Order: sequence, then structure tokens, then C-alpha cells
Amino acid sequence: MSLTDSVLSGERLALARLLSQIENDKPSGQEALGELFAHTGRAHYIGVTGAPGTGKSSLVNRLAHFYRQPPPGESPFKVAIVAVDPSSPFTGGAILGDRVRMRDLSGDPGVFIRSMAARGSLGGLAPTTASMAQVFDAAGFEIILIETVGAGQAEVDIARLAHTTIVVEAPGLGDEIQAIKAGILEIADVLVVNKADRPGVENTERALRTMLELAHPAPRVFRHHGTFQSIPQGEPTADEDLWVPPILRTVATEGDGVPELAAAIARHRDHLEKSGEWQDRDRARLVAELDMLLQGKLVERWRQGVSDLQYQQIIDSLVARQISPHQAVNELLDGGQES
Amino acid sequence: MSERKIRVLVAKPGLDGHDRGAKVVARALRDAGMEVIYTGLRQTPEMVAEAALQEDVDVIGLSILSGAHMALVPRVLELLKANGQEHVRVFLGGIIPDEDVSRLMEIGVVGIYGPGTLTEDIIRDVRQAVLGEPAS
Repeated sequence: MSLTDSVLSGERLALARLLSQIENDKPSGQEALGELFAHTGRAHYIGVTGAPGTGKSSLVNRLAHFYRQPPPGESPFKVAIVAVDPSSPFTGGAILGDRVRMRDLSGDPGVFIRSMAARGSLGGLAPTTASMAQVFDAAGFEIILIETVGAGQAEVDIARLAHTTIVVEAPGLGDEIQAIKAGILEIADVLVVNKADRPGVENTERALRTMLELAHPAPRVFRHHGTFQSIPQGEPTADEDLWVPPILRTVATEGDGVPELAAAIARHRDHLEKSGEWQDRDRARLVAELDMLLQGKLVERWRQGVSDLQYQQIIDSLVARQISPHQAVNELLDGGQES
Repeated sequence: MSERKIRVLVAKPGLDGHDRGAKVVARALRDAGMEVIYTGLRQTPEMVAEAALQEDVDVIGLSILSGAHMALVPRVLELLKANGQEHVRVFLGGIIPDEDVSRLMEIGVVGIYGPGTLTEDIIRDVRQAVLGEPAS
């Protein structure tokens, strides 16, 4: 049985091995992904991001629990978790510590947790996180929870990968909220104020609400306050297609607010499917992935046509301030084309 | 293209709560360029084996100071074998009496480290076990 067949039939060791091959950019991994790709496109990719220490891992743990043990009458989902932590920029080493918060998911065959180091990537995900999510998707996992590295301002890659992006905040990060509002709030489909049993939760929530109201066009603000009557009736409202990110309070360590969060995620999925945004996002995601891979491959291919000597000479002139970085690029590209 | 990344699971099976040593080793391995999955306290052998499988690690580092190593370590090795992961190299740190050391090495533990061990020695041994680099 081939590796892909084993993965499709649910063999966990084969799955783990394939994930490694993909993470390490092995040709065998890419080949397997090619065979598996037709089986992807079914899972709900849920991104969880936010500053370090806001409780992302604990929240992911509780969400996974909820999906495994839903309220009576609903069937459980198979859940994969991809948790990304930073790599050291100096040694390339990493401590991947997200499992510490997920210990009670152990022993459940319907859950598969994989930790990844960011390996030099700066957008909050690792270079191969998208491919890994696709493997889980093909392997029949219905919910894929993707936890980013602790994010500050610009780690917004998750919004390109996930169908639903959850941004986690916590009370007491007031200054940080000011700092992050431009980047990370924009990508939130659902906003969570975790650690809501701590003082200052009202302030945090108010700050988020204010930012949301500023960030969205007027009709959304109306919806937001529930004053639908101000929108003329009978008019075809594009407003129907707008999604206003809800703000929810959770205490992940206790599980408080998690059913409500899961409900908000389900509503968002509903919205995506009804509005056609599911397909739009899928397309955008694949385009982004294609562009990224194309860039990498082109640079690699071009680099093969340039001699190390020439490359070094250009770098030397650059360091000696004889040419600017832009001029260096031009010279290298011309040199690359000639060879 | 890129060099082979060594993935290590550092776990504390059993009931003692002294994880300082495990954290020091995890940090040292990180600084040696390895990817260290840290699972924290009070792991059962089943949890250790399951994490090792999902994470597809090359190496497991167990830290045990409770004296339960003769019960916990053989069980971890057994489970690894049952999961088709007998290639995973298992290292052990903690307070391990001499008479148990030889027995544990016999059943497949690759290295055992007590108090005072230099982290450089652990790094060298892990590298050698995974990459086959000669000990210098």
C-alpha cells in the first residue's frame, strides 16, 4: 500500500510520516500531496491567532474538546490541530510548547495534534503549514484548527489560509490593543476576549468594539447595534452579505464561553457558504499559495544560472556602497538572463 | 536543500513535579538547532508514545526523578514498538541508580544522564544517535 493510500485509510503513523516529508520539502511529500489534492477542500480551516500569552493553545484545546463532544444530537467532528511556534533566528532551533495545554486531548483517536516550527517564515505560519492542513483535509479531518505563533502586528498570513480567523485578546493588554489595531483586528472573523474573569475585561471589550465600529462601513454599524429599522425595507441590501465580527468572552481554562464561540464559528461558516465567500476565499487561498510557490521556484531556478563568483562580487560592491540594493538586483537579473 | 532538522520530544512521565532539568535540556537542544516538542508534567507512557507518533520525532528525552523509571521506561519502549516506532531513540535523565542503568540500556535506552551532566554531552550524543556523526 502506498503512503497516500495509507493516509487516506486513516493510518496515523503514515500520516505523521507524510507530514514530516512535506515539512522537509521532500519530493516524495510533494508527490503525495499531488495525489491527495483532489481529496481536499472539504474541511473547515479555523485559524487562531493573537498576542503571546492570550491563551490561544488553551482555547484551541477547549474548542477541540467541544467538537469531539458536542451537545446531544450533534455528531462529533474529527479534529486536527496544527500549532506553530517560532524558530530561533540564530540557531534555527525551537521549543514547541503548545501541547502542554492540550494534554487532555490525549488518547482520542479522533484528534491529531502536530507542532511546527515557523522555520524562518515571518507571517505567523510556517512555509508548509498550508500543505500540512491540506494533508489533514484529505485524510478526512473535518475541523482543522491552526494556531499561529504569538502574533503582534503583521502576522496576518493566517487570514489567507483559514476560512474563519479567530483573534484572541486578553484584558490588561490595553497598550497592545492600540498597537495591533491596524493589523490584526482587520483579519478577525470572530474576536475573543479570553481570560474574561480578569479585571479590565469591559475596557478591552469596549476598545475592540470601538475599533470595529470605526473599521466598518455604516450599514454594519447599524446591524451591529441591532437597529435594522434604519435600513429602508424592501431595498436589496448588500448588507445581507456583510459579516460583523462578533466579540465573545471566554475563560479557556474553565471552558466558559466555548460553546458560544463554536456557535459563532458555525454561523460564520454558514455565512461564508451562503454568501459565496467560501469559494472566494478558497480561490484566493490557492492563488496566494501558487504565487508563493512560484516565487520560490523562480528564485531557485534563476539562482542556478548565476555563478557564486558573480553573486559574491555584487554583494561586495553592495557592501562597499558602490551600488544600491536596487542596482544590485538589476545587475544580478541581467547577469542571470545572459548566462 | 536545508539541513536535516532533528525533532525531539521532551517529556516528564510519572508524578514528580520537578521539571527544571527537563527545561534546561530542552533549552540546550533548542540552542543546538533542534526542534523540541515540550509536553510538560505528568505524562503517562501512553501520552508520550502518542505524542511521539503524531510529531514523528527522532528522539524522546524522558526526565524521571520519582524512582518509577523501571515501570515507566519499559512501557514507553513497548508502546513505541507497538506503534511501529522502534527507530525512535530514547534518552533518559534524572536520578537513576547504577544498578538500573545497565538494565535500561539493555532494553534499548540509548543514553542515561544524571545530575552534573554537561548539556554539550547530551547534544553530542543525540546528534550522533540520529545523524550517525562520529563522537569527537
